[in-house]
Amino acid sequence: MLRIKSIPAALAVGVLAIFTSINTASAEMASVQTLASPCAGCHGVNGVSVGPATPSIAGLTEAYFLDSMATYKSGKRKGTIMSRIAKGYTDEETKAMAKLFASMKFGRTTQMSDAGLAAKGKELHAEFCDSCHEQDGRKADGIGVLGGQIAAYLDYTIADFYSGVRTMEKRKAQKMNAFKAEHGADGIKAVVQFYASQK
Amino acid sequence: MTKVNQNVSRRSFMQLSGGAAAASALIGLPTIARGAGKDVVIVGGGPAGATAARYLRMIDPSVKVTLIEANATYHTCFMSNEVIGDLRTMESISTTYDGLKSAGVNVVQDMVTSIDTKAKKVMTKGGNTYSYERCIVAPGIDFKYELTDGYDAKTAETITHAWKAGPQTATLAKQVKAMDDGGVVCIVAPPNPFRCPPGPYERASLIANYMKKHKPKSKVIIFDSKDKFSKQGLFTQAWKKFYGFGTDNAMIEWMPAAKLGKINAIHAKDMVVETDFEQLKAAVINFIPAQKAGKIAFAAGLTDKSGWCPVKKLTFESSMVPNVHVLGDASIATKMPKSGYSANSQGKWVAQAVVALLNGKQPGVPSFVNTCYSRAADDWAFSVAAVYKLNMEKNLIGGVKGAGGLSPMDASAEDRKREVAYGHSWYNNIKKDIWG
Ligand SMILES: Cc1cc2nc3c(=O)[nH]c(=O)nc-3n(C[C@H](O)[C@H](O)[C@H](O)COP(=O)(O)OP(=O)(O)OC[C@H]3O[C@@H](n4cnc5c(N)ncnc54)[C@H](O)[C@@H]3O)c2cc1C
Ligand code: HEC
Ligand code: HEC
Repeated sequence: MLRIKSIPAALAVGVLAIFTSINTASAEMASVQTLASPCAGCHGVNGVSVGPATPSIAGLTEAYFLDSMATYKSGKRKGTIMSRIAKGYTDEETKAMAKLFASMKFGRTTQMSDAGLAAKGKELHAEFCDSCHEQDGRKADGIGVLGGQIAAYLDYTIADFYSGVRTMEKRKAQKMNAFKAEHGADGIKAVVQFYASQK
Repeated sequence: MTKVNQNVSRRSFMQLSGGAAAASALIGLPTIARGAGKDVVIVGGGPAGATAARYLRMIDPSVKVTLIEANATYHTCFMSNEVIGDLRTMESISTTYDGLKSAGVNVVQDMVTSIDTKAKKVMTKGGNTYSYERCIVAPGIDFKYELTDGYDAKTAETITHAWKAGPQTATLAKQVKAMDDGGVVCIVAPPNPFRCPPGPYERASLIANYMKKHKPKSKVIIFDSKDKFSKQGLFTQAWKKFYGFGTDNAMIEWMPAAKLGKINAIHAKDMVVETDFEQLKAAVINFIPAQKAGKIAFAAGLTDKSGWCPVKKLTFESSMVPNVHVLGDASIATKMPKSGYSANSQGKWVAQAVVALLNGKQPGVPSFVNTCYSRAADDWAFSVAAVYKLNMEKNLIGGVKGAGGLSPMDASAEDRKREVAYGHSWYNNIKKDIWG
C-alpha cells in the first residue's frame, strides 16, 4: 500500500509556461490559458513543436502573430488548416493569445541536419536573408522565427513565397528572387538546413 | 482484502517511518504540505484521463492526483490504422506512464471495479480504496456484443474489432499481411455514435494502400450500419483517385445499410458476415461493433438510457452523480466527436474547472478544439477541424459559426501531402502533451 515510494522526488518539473500566469476567470471570455492550451495538440507543449512539420509558435512577436491570425482569418494567407482554426476566435481572444505566446520562449527541437549544407546555408543566409532575418534568423521582430523553426514548415513556406501562394513585400521579393536565380533549389536546401541545425 | 484509505496510509507511513532515508525520499513532495480535500482520483489513463492528470498537476501542484489505469502500456488508437496498413510499428504507437509519474501523478496499475459516489471512494480489483474530493472518470468505450450473433469478446481475439489499440491491432495487421492475393477484407462499420467517426474509412483506405503495393488483386469491402459517413466526399474522391472506387476493378467497395439491412451475425468458422440481404465470405473480417460507455460508467451509475454519460456542459460533472466528472469518449459532449483530440481538449478544461472548484472558485468560460486527420494514401490526407464554445442557454458545446470544417475538395495534391506530415506532427505533439 505504500505506493508513495513509487513517486519520484523530483517534482519541480512540469510547470507549464502557459499556466504560470494566473488563470483569470471571467464571466464573458475564456481565460487566455483556456484559449491557448488546445493549440498544443498541433503546435506542441508550450507552443514548441517536435515536428516533423507543424511550426513552433512560442516566441513569435505579437505583431507577427496578430498579422498571421488576421490574414489566415481573411483568407489572404493560405494554409492547410489555420484559416479554419483562426476563424474560431474573436479579435479580443486572438490579442490575448498573441500576448501570451509572445511572452513564451521559442524552444528549439533538435532536428536532423547536414553540417556541410548548413555551413553553406549560413553564408547564403548572411548574404541574402540576414538584413531582415537578423541574428541567424533567430530574431522574430515582425517576421517569424527561422533559426530553429521546423524544417518542413520552412520548406513549405519558402515554396509558397515562390509560387505566390503567400505574398511578399517588394524588397523581400527582390532578395528572394535574386537568391533563387543565383543558387536555385540547392541554395534553398542549404539555408533551410542552416535554420534546422540551430539549437 | 485490505481496504486502506490512501490518505490515512500516507500519514501513518510518515509517522511510523520517521527515519532519515524515508524522509528524504519524500522531500519535495507537495502532497505532504497539501491542504485537506484536494484529492482527485482519475479512472483511466487514455487521452482524457492522462491529460486531466498532467494538467491538474501543472495548474495546481497542491492537488494530489491518483490515476488508476488497468494497463502498464497504452497503445494509441490514433495512428493504429497506419500499423494495420504496414506504415508504422506497434512500438511507435505505444506509451508508458513514466511521463505522468515524473509530473507527480500517483499512477496505480489496477482495475477500478466500483465507485461509491456517496462515500466518495473508488474501489479496485486489487483490493484498494481511494478517497476523493473530485473523481474524474474517463474509461473510454465498451462494445454492444449482444447485438450480433456469434460475436463476443473471445471471438474478437481472432475476428478483431481492433477498436481499442493493442494486441488486436497487431493481429489484424498480421492477418492482412498473411492473406493471399485475391482475398477480401470485410470491415463492418458501426452505427452512430461511435469512437472516431472517420476511423473505419481511414482503415479501409490504408489497407487498400497496402494491397495496391503487395496484393493488387485483393479488395476491401465495407459493410456499413449507416447510409452515410464522416468525410464521405473526401474519402470517395480519394478512393476514386487511388483505388478505382466505383469501377469493376475497385479495391474498395462500400455497402450502405440501405443495401444490407441489419448486420445480424458473424459465422467465425466459415468466415461469413450475414446481414438481412447479404452474405459475404471474407479472408479477413474486421468487425467493429456498436458502442457504449466503458463498463465502470455503468457500474457507477453514470450512464443514461443511451448507454453514454450525460454531463453538465460547463464542468463535465455528471448529471447523475455529484463530484464525479466524465470526459472523453464515455461522455455526451453534444457536438464534440468522440476523438483523441476532443478527449485531450476536454481533459485540459476539466483540469482547470476542477482546480477552480477545489479552491472554491468559479470555473470561468471553456473553449475547445478538435481536429481529426485522416490519411487515405501514402501522400494523401485531409482533416476536419472545429473550435468549440459552450452555449449556456442551449446547454450545448457547439462549433463556432464560420470556423472549422473540412479540408476543401479542391485542395492541391501538395496540400494533401502536407496534411500527411501535419497529421504526423499532430500525433507527436499531442502524444507528448497527453503523456509527457
Ligand atoms: C482506428 C482508430 C483511429 C483513431 N484515430 C483518431 C485520430 O486520428 N484522431 C483522434 O483525435 N482520435 C482518433 N481516434 C479516437 C481516439 O482513440 C479516442 O477517441 C480516444 O482514445 C478516447 O480517449 P478516452 O481517454 O476517452 O478513452 P480511452 O483511450 O479508451 O482510454 C480509456 C482508458 O481507461 C482504462 N480503463 C477503462 N476502464 C477502466 C477501469 N475500470 N479501471 C482502470 N482503467 C480503466 C483503459 O484501459 C484505457 O487505457 C481513433 C480511434 C480508432 C479506434
Ligand atoms: C490541427 C492543427 C492545428 C491547430 C489545432 C492549430 N494550428 Fe496553428 N498551424 C497549424 C499548421 C498546419 C500551420 C501551418 C499553416 C497551415 O498549413 O495551415 C499553422 C500555423 C500557425 C501560425 C503561423 C506560424 C508562423 O510562423 O507563421 C500561427 C501563428 C498559428 N498556427 C497559431 C495557432 C494558434 C494560436 C492555435 C490555437 C488557437 C493554433 N495555431 C492551432 C496547425 C494547427
Ligand atoms: C527585405 C526583408 C527580407 C528579406 C531580405 C528576407 N525576408 Fe523573409 N520575411 C520577411 C518578412 C517581412 C516576412 C514576414 C512576411 C509575412 O508576414 O507575410 C518574412 C517571412 C519569411 C518566412 C516565413 C516565416 C514564418 O514563420 O512563416 C520565411 C521562411 C522567410 N521569410 C525566409 C526568407 C529567406 C530564406 C530569405 C533569404 C533568402 C529571406 N526570407 C529574406 C522579410 C525578408
